[in-house]
Amino acid sequence: MELVIKYGFLVLMAGLVIFFSLSSEFFATPRSAVFIFQSVSITGILALGVTATLVVDGFDLSIGSTATSALMLSSYVMVVWEMSAMWAVIFCLIMGALVGLVNGLLIVKMKVPDLLATLGMMFFLVGLQRIPTEGRSISTGMIMPDGRVTEGVFSPAFLALGRHKFDFFIENLIPVSVVVLLVLGLIVWAFMELTRHGRLMYAIGSNERAAELAGTNVNRYKVLAYMISGVLSSVGGILLAARLGRGDIASGNNLLLDSVAAALIGFAVLGAAKPNVFGTIIGALFIGILLQGLTMMNAPYYTQDFVKGAVLVVALVFTFALSKRGGAH
Amino acid sequence: MQNTAVKIQGLTKAFGANNVLRGIDLDLPKGQVTALMGANGAGKSTLVKVLCGVHTANAGTVSLYGEPFMPSSPAEAIAAGVVTVHQSINDGVVPDLDVASNLMLDELANGRGFFINKRKIRAKARELAEAIGLDVDVRHEVSELGLADRQLVAIARAMAHKPKLLILDEPTSSLSAKEAARLFELIDRLRAQGVAILYISHRSSDIKRIADRIVSMRDGKISGVFEDTPLDYEGAVKAMLGRAISEIKLDIPEAGAPVLRLENMVLQGDSAPFSLDLCDGEVVAITGLVGSGKSLLADVLYGQARQESGAMQLKGAAYAPQNQAAAIKVGVFRTPKDRATNAVIQDFDITKNITLPFTARHSVSGFIMRKSERTTTQRMVTDLGIICQHQSDDIGSLSGGNQQKVMVGRWMAEASNVLVLDEPFQGVDIQARRDIGAKIRETAKGRATVVMVAEMDEAVEIADRIVVMAEHTIKGEHRNENIDLNAVLAQVAGAESGQVNAD
Repeated sequence: MELVIKYGFLVLMAGLVIFFSLSSEFFATPRSAVFIFQSVSITGILALGVTATLVVDGFDLSIGSTATSALMLSSYVMVVWEMSAMWAVIFCLIMGALVGLVNGLLIVKMKVPDLLATLGMMFFLVGLQRIPTEGRSISTGMIMPDGRVTEGVFSPAFLALGRHKFDFFIENLIPVSVVVLLVLGLIVWAFMELTRHGRLMYAIGSNERAAELAGTNVNRYKVLAYMISGVLSSVGGILLAARLGRGDIASGNNLLLDSVAAALIGFAVLGAAKPNVFGTIIGALFIGILLQGLTMMNAPYYTQDFVKGAVLVVALVFTFALSKRGGAH
Repeated sequence: MQNTAVKIQGLTKAFGANNVLRGIDLDLPKGQVTALMGANGAGKSTLVKVLCGVHTANAGTVSLYGEPFMPSSPAEAIAAGVVTVHQSINDGVVPDLDVASNLMLDELANGRGFFINKRKIRAKARELAEAIGLDVDVRHEVSELGLADRQLVAIARAMAHKPKLLILDEPTSSLSAKEAARLFELIDRLRAQGVAILYISHRSSDIKRIADRIVSMRDGKISGVFEDTPLDYEGAVKAMLGRAISEIKLDIPEAGAPVLRLENMVLQGDSAPFSLDLCDGEVVAITGLVGSGKSLLADVLYGQARQESGAMQLKGAAYAPQNQAAAIKVGVFRTPKDRATNAVIQDFDITKNITLPFTARHSVSGFIMRKSERTTTQRMVTDLGIICQHQSDDIGSLSGGNQQKVMVGRWMAEASNVLVLDEPFQGVDIQARRDIGAKIRETAKGRATVVMVAEMDEAVEIADRIVVMAEHTIKGEHRNENIDLNAVLAQVAGAESGQVNAD
């Protein structure tokens, strides 16, 4: 039973890959594999962020709107203010850190419960990102509220973030977003699993009072978790902007739920039964594999959410009902 | 026979392998207040929970005026006439509802009907309040009342069921002397009405005022019944704590220089000031009943609370820690009580639990060096005799005694100036207790050690010096050599030092 809990999920994933490879000849190709990674790269990056907050027993609901705010902000910086790609990226990262800081302070200093604080922030950002353009998307040649016509463009350097592909055995195989996902995944994993800071954050999530009495600065780590989440969300937003090439006001609405699903599915990986970085990446991949496979088998688009939900529920039931941790007995 | 309201015979209750009640034989006469005394872990709460229907006994019988009484739920117990008023006053009231709703809560919860007839409820509530001398407007929200009035609401609610047995669990722990007096008057009236009252407390002042008889409990059995007047309170305390004759004879070393000096400390309100020196190489046990101030003192030493007045000096420098980080910084460490809530990180293994406060010492540029951790952990596992398969075992797989060894190991892994152990032997088996005690004494040199203990056995086994606390101050100090247990127990029970031969 121990083995089932520990490796069951990975075995299931391997089984799915085999099944889809047999059902569709295009599934098991390098490009298909890369496409899977690319399709989940942005949600995967956001999922890394929310995982950090889950580790300290919090929950960042504002990740989706932070990402779309970064999408709008980077567009605004380049198109309306006509500044370079570098400034767009810098402003977005600072914005992400600030959002995380405010979230964190609301939670630790003002004692607002995490879900409520980040929910409020989510609404706040969704509204805020629409005000400068009166609710319209940003593109070159649009007429601003004050009558000016925008002349800035998305710089090629910025667009490269969304379009460029690195050579890796095969030419033009790996897009920037996949590299960013893998690099950030590695960094966040190393931080949480190998450093003392990550260790203390896990301690806070498991027993905050005990961690505090052992001398941990609980407030500082909680704010840090939300800042990590904010910055990672803004990275996701930047990549989304680069991919779209315009400040699309309607994009990114499903980012929150897809990212949270990936992080929660991660609980089932290696029997962790708690938030963990490796699980989050596997969770994001799992969703990608599933959706790619279904698409290749011509399953209708509206079945996708159904499948995602079913996978999530099954993964959680599997983990919690079967493990001795966290269950009623 | 009808004078015995409740007759308990051979009551047994076990939780898994843990035998909490080992055959309780107890009579509760009607119209009398029976005081029940017992240390933490003696089984008092479990006995109360069986009587009020939360738990079901494994064996034995309880009869209520001759009728068998074995409720399978609190509602059944209440319906049969056994009502409990809990120690935590706020557990017995719903603060957001008004007094009337609270008084009629059981009827609201179990009654039929869909709509609430407010006027009828208020009228009934007013009757109940008057019967008990509760002088409040029943329309007020309970959250507006002080603790003493809330308690009366809980009792009035209990009285609505015309109980045959009323159980009061440490009722005066949150009351002032005046409010307690009002409570005692109420108890006198209930007693006159023929209610049998089970009064759980070990406050000598309470018991001397209100009890008709005292029953002591120890290790799941009744260890003494005291009915002769004047009530033998000291005898009851002794039966409760047990005769602490132990085979261990300790080598009491020469005490070194004082490491931590407490001067004229007033812990709370108007308690008497006391002074205490904790010396290098010395192990001091602080003993006293629940509420005596031991844990408050542990909190003050570790920066969790501030004393009313008085000063502390650590190696000559003023010591007034604002929080635990300040305490740890100057080498004052504490193993907290209630380890499940305050110390154990369930998700971590043994190694991670041990190195928790000092991860910085095992890290290079933030990255944790597993080898360094493993070495320290191995040292603690060996020194304390932690029984486990491997260092990476989940902490949850260890027994209570071994978990506590890990918690003690957490703070013994690094050198300290003062090591405070707050009730380190809660839920710890005797062997683990001996192992921990031995290690504490072995490593005592170079620091001052203070252990807050609940039982005299523990104090005698481990300390060079035994300090007795009661009413938030020190009542006496004894060198742990040819110790006069009666004198110590009398102090624990609250007699002034020197007045051992109380009336």
